[in-house]
Amino acid sequence: MEEKKKLFQFKTSTIVAVGVGGAIFWLLFMFVKVPSPIPETSFQTAYGIAGFFGALFGPIAGGLIAFIGHAISDAVQYGSPWWSWVIASGVTGFIYGISFKFLKVGEGKFGVKGILIYNAVQIAANAAAWILVAPILDIVVYAEPVSLVFTQGAIAFVMNSISAGVIGTGLLAIYAATRTKEGSLNKE
Amino acid sequence: MKIKVFSYNRLNTPIHELSGLSKFICFLLLTFAVMFSYDIRVILAIMVFSFWALRVSKIKYSQIRLMVIYVVIFLLTNFVISYLFAPEQGPMIYGTHHEFGHIFGRYTLTWEQLLYQGTKTMKYASVVPLGIIFLLTTNPSEFASALNGVKVHYKAAFAVALTLRYLPDIQRDYNDISMSQQARGLDMSKKAKLRHRFKNALLIIIPLLFSTLDRIENISNAMDLRGFGKRKRRTWYAKRPFRRADWVAIGITASIFVASLSVSIFVNHSRFFNPFT
Repeated sequence: MEEKKKLFQFKTSTIVAVGVGGAIFWLLFMFVKVPSPIPETSFQTAYGIAGFFGALFGPIAGGLIAFIGHAISDAVQYGSPWWSWVIASGVTGFIYGISFKFLKVGEGKFGVKGILIYNAVQIAANAAAWILVAPILDIVVYAEPVSLVFTQGAIAFVMNSISAGVIGTGLLAIYAATRTKEGSLNKE
Repeated sequence: MKIKVFSYNRLNTPIHELSGLSKFICFLLLTFAVMFSYDIRVILAIMVFSFWALRVSKIKYSQIRLMVIYVVIFLLTNFVISYLFAPEQGPMIYGTHHEFGHIFGRYTLTWEQLLYQGTKTMKYASVVPLGIIFLLTTNPSEFASALNGVKVHYKAAFAVALTLRYLPDIQRDYNDISMSQQARGLDMSKKAKLRHRFKNALLIIIPLLFSTLDRIENISNAMDLRGFGKRKRRTWYAKRPFRRADWVAIGITASIFVASLSVSIFVNHSRFFNPFT
């Protein structure tokens, strides 16, 4: 009874995953972070969570979790979301979720191949969001200096890739180990 | 780590009386008006308007003190590093170079740079009261219906409502797990090194995440059993009907939005206001 994985399905469990995942993303985004020497950037553990949920529930869940979590966190801290970076977060989560199609974490399989696929997708996602989307939106909307936003973008790219890589991979590996593998029962 | 996310309290002001949907539309219109324009006169006018609205909605300073501090720190760092990275951004945008001082090397002080950075700071600052008003005067249960009202799919709107619903739960779970781990000897206090505290915080995430995954299954089964998502549309319990005041509010903000666009198109002939040429 192999169910074919649809990338863009919007099931009830996707919605609930967004709700609960968004809340966890928000919690980590606000409290579990390490400031970096470059101002206005910090090492965010939350992107590891976005990677984890993206790989388990697909791009819609990943994108919405990062978008909603980041927007609420901004709203609570600054009174209003900083849309350029919130949108970039959404893009990151959405692309993380593409790895969902190629992974079988839910069936307990997350070997070397899975790790490589997840990390390739994750790095591509961070590159697209933080080296392209965020700086370009900052320049278009706020006319921020080009050199500044690309420096911040590059730092965010490196740190978020490490976060999604180390924390996301670790969580997925732990989760896969708790799942029952397909065909692990033998008739004697 | 206790934080009240939305200190919404019910008051009798004209702004509290507006429906969530019309407040959300007003918020978006004004935010986009500010984001598009780079004319300090337009931005200051909108800022005055939004501070006036802040007064009308009777929001106390104690409610927003923390946000104000964060915003001021953000604006100051942004102001300083913008200058450090690009002291010539202003002259580049406006095409002229009126110097009134010189610090050292390439760091000159120009009126263009001052206008550019001043405008940018105001641009960031002026959306803050708008967001605060929207957040503190809207019943959180109304968010979802407001989002659905601007044609966001109801499933996505419901996801936002669920997130808001689970913020306090997740916070409580995190604290519970943190306490029980500390009882087992995990040091989370200031005595532990930052590196260890960070690692220990990560160790809390794992049980939090796994209890959450079980919960996702329970909740989505419960929703499925009640027929969630069967239809293309849904109704909302916390939706308010549109009244005359809602149309007036949308009318006012829409005209501000149009005015901001027309200043850029007809007066400045660009997004930037250029008094130098």
